[in-house]
Amino acid sequence: MGYVMIDTDRLDTTFAALADPTRRAILARLASGEASVNELAEPFAMSQPAISKHLKVLERAGLISRGRDAQRRPCRIEAQPLAEANAWLERYRQIWEGNFQRLDALLDELKTQEKKHGRRKR
Amino acid sequence: MTNTGNLQVTTPSDREIAMTRVFDAPRHLVFEALTRPELLQRWLLGPPGWSMPVCEVDLKVGGAYRYVWRSDDGGREFGSHGVFREVLPPERFVATEKMDGFEGESEVTNSLVEQGGRTTLTLTMRFDSQEARDGALESGMEKGVAISYDRLDEVLASMPAQEVRR
Repeated sequence: MGYVMIDTDRLDTTFAALADPTRRAILARLASGEASVNELAEPFAMSQPAISKHLKVLERAGLISRGRDAQRRPCRIEAQPLAEANAWLERYRQIWEGNFQRLDALLDELKTQEKKHGRRKR
Repeated sequence: MTNTGNLQVTTPSDREIAMTRVFDAPRHLVFEALTRPELLQRWLLGPPGWSMPVCEVDLKVGGAYRYVWRSDDGGREFGSHGVFREVLPPERFVATEKMDGFEGESEVTNSLVEQGGRTTLTLTMRFDSQEARDGALESGMEKGVAISYDRLDEVLASMPAQEVRR
């Protein structure tokens, strides 16, 4: 539960893009500076078209942008969607923490009742 | 990994999400609060502004449960349901979980360990198959959590601080 209660539509593409380990590795690489497709393909045992496919997903999710230089089209990371995804995760945590704080209060009440009336048989 | 209160969220494997929380109560009480409808309706509510008008629980192996949440303005409603696979009071119960309107099913294991009058609850969501997990990934929450805080933190940590606007 919880996730349906938050409007997530806008984040769907972000999370789908982040669900893949290669794409996360690409993002980690781009975090240290822009790079071309060739440079990005180097550390992976992957063809350039395979990397390009990942880049398209990342670009569609707004996680990266590509330069206009027709030859090189350098990729760079876009910070905002990541920050939003992180904020969303934090919101999810807060919902569960809210649930558990209510549970704390309820358990206090149950403990007090039990002290008064003894352990109830189910 | 940042924590709110003492709630911990981890991803023990690619198909699992686990939440751990300590409660200052013996585990038979925690078990009751997790399985009795009139108690569940008092805490399993989500963000402010939601209630849980339907909560039916048939706590036995093969028994079903059904939850429905409704926004206080009456405008939104959603539910989840599943079947109990293991019921071992007061230490453990396992149930399937399916959210209305979403593909995919998960299996939720609740395990309770008591020590010195306090109970550690570990809630583990496990996706039955790649398809189920991917279905859930398409839906939202599991998707968000499944990418793992650690991994997201890795990416965030490697970015220049000023670029991450909050």
